[in-house]
Amino acid sequence: MRAFPAVRGSGKVADPDESDSMNVATGQQDEILIRIRGLHTVLNGKTIFDGVDLDIPRGRVTGIMGPSGTGKTTLLRHITGQLAPDAGEILVAGKSVWKLDREALFELREKIGYLFQNSALLTDFSVFENVAFPLRQHMKLPEELVRNIVFTKLQAVGLRGAAQLMPSELSGGMIRRVALARAIVRDPMLIIYDEPFVGLDPIALNQIVKLIRTLNDTLRVTAILVAHEFSAVRRVADHIHLLAGGKIVADGAPETLARGATPWTRQFFSGEADGPVPFHYPAPDYARQLGLSA
Amino acid sequence: MLAKGLAQIGACGLFLVQILRALPRSLRYLRETVRQVFFVGAMSLTIIMICGLFVGMVLGLQLYHTLSIFGGTAALGTVVALSLYRELGPVVTALLFAGRAGTSITAEIGLMRATDQLDAMEMMAVDPLAYVVAPRFLAGVIAMPLLACVFNALGIFGAHLVGVNWLGLDSGTFWSNMTSGVDVWTDVMNGVWKSAVFGAVCTLIATFQGYTTPPTSEGVAYATTRTVVFSSIATLAIDFVMTAFLM
Repeated sequence: MRAFPAVRGSGKVADPDESDSMNVATGQQDEILIRIRGLHTVLNGKTIFDGVDLDIPRGRVTGIMGPSGTGKTTLLRHITGQLAPDAGEILVAGKSVWKLDREALFELREKIGYLFQNSALLTDFSVFENVAFPLRQHMKLPEELVRNIVFTKLQAVGLRGAAQLMPSELSGGMIRRVALARAIVRDPMLIIYDEPFVGLDPIALNQIVKLIRTLNDTLRVTAILVAHEFSAVRRVADHIHLLAGGKIVADGAPETLARGATPWTRQFFSGEADGPVPFHYPAPDYARQLGLSA
Repeated sequence: MLAKGLAQIGACGLFLVQILRALPRSLRYLRETVRQVFFVGAMSLTIIMICGLFVGMVLGLQLYHTLSIFGGTAALGTVVALSLYRELGPVVTALLFAGRAGTSITAEIGLMRATDQLDAMEMMAVDPLAYVVAPRFLAGVIAMPLLACVFNALGIFGAHLVGVNWLGLDSGTFWSNMTSGVDVWTDVMNGVWKSAVFGAVCTLIATFQGYTTPPTSEGVAYATTRTVVFSSIATLAIDFVMTAFLM
């Protein structure tokens, strides 16, 4: 695993005009692609983020980990302009996401590949058409080129032979791999993986880990990886942020975090029930609820 | 309750504005619009034709007996045609359309919402209003008048079957009185306008209910039911208003 320099507060924000060349840049390791400052979010009366500051450097794979329900997917929705925060600023490629009009937001999204937690394949389209969808919508390419690109991406996820199948004919793991092929089909500057390893068998998981790493190593694609499988994340991420209780409670290289220097990392990476992260959802007294005490 | 209802109507109005703004962009998805015209139009033909035939037969039977009391059975063709063109054709077609096509539009869009397909389109920088909603809206406006015309044709055929073939009315009297008593511009076009408006209203309600449904199976079920109920009420209410203005 490569060493990763500390970036929080030290990087400079990328020039928006340079964003087109982000995925091929080679000498910009420490530039910040995404900068989040003072993020506050309350959903259904529950505080999800309480002053989160976070930098995502370009050309790196950044892991976001944390207990279930801590707002990892919500954070991704803020970054991509799907959900407005209550306060705070989110800069993506130097642009304040929540100040963009719809047209500018769509322009930004064209440069982002997003793997949804539940894959979100278009159920009326075949595997081939799902992967080809972003190409057909935004690029006027000859059909032969579309075909070649789609088959290249499907080959990368091991599903070239399933091109003509419908999503309803695929297993859960295969659906995720198709969604991954769709997310990377336009070689975006930023790829966001929301739980990419769920439902994958060990062979597919290993190949997807290698694919994410290869995309970063060869094209310098910036990636945000939200996952719970630490064994897989530590193989692919350059840097991990641990999110809990509405804040970033730990961050650093995977090997550093794995040593469990803080109570948060110790509990999370060893999977213990006792620690700063409560295992139980807030509830009334157990004995009283069972009628065992007065 | 009243405030909630008014808020829903307001939200539906704003949704219509969004659809109208998305219409020019949806023209690049012409193939999708044609596919939707086939889906909501051609696929509804069976139910429209069967219902049109039976409505016409019932009209023929009822009106023949009523008119025979006054010795006016010769006017059967005229009365049937006017009833169908001006009222029954557009209204019954809209009610059937809401039950057949409206519910499927709501369920389809609702399931797309529940399975994040609409969010995925947004993330791929494809506007779901232009790609999913506007083509269905346009298809409803195009298909409804055509379906109403088919309904009217089958209704008149049904009335002819009962009045002429069964009850013995003269065929020449049936057709000649109809052609002389029905005006294309005031009677037929009156119904066509109504159908186009009903098509817009029914598909607006169906797409709005689907687009804003809670992403749960129960949410989709309620949205589908609301589509039929609201479309039926809106059709009959707007029919009264339009009839008052078009008389």
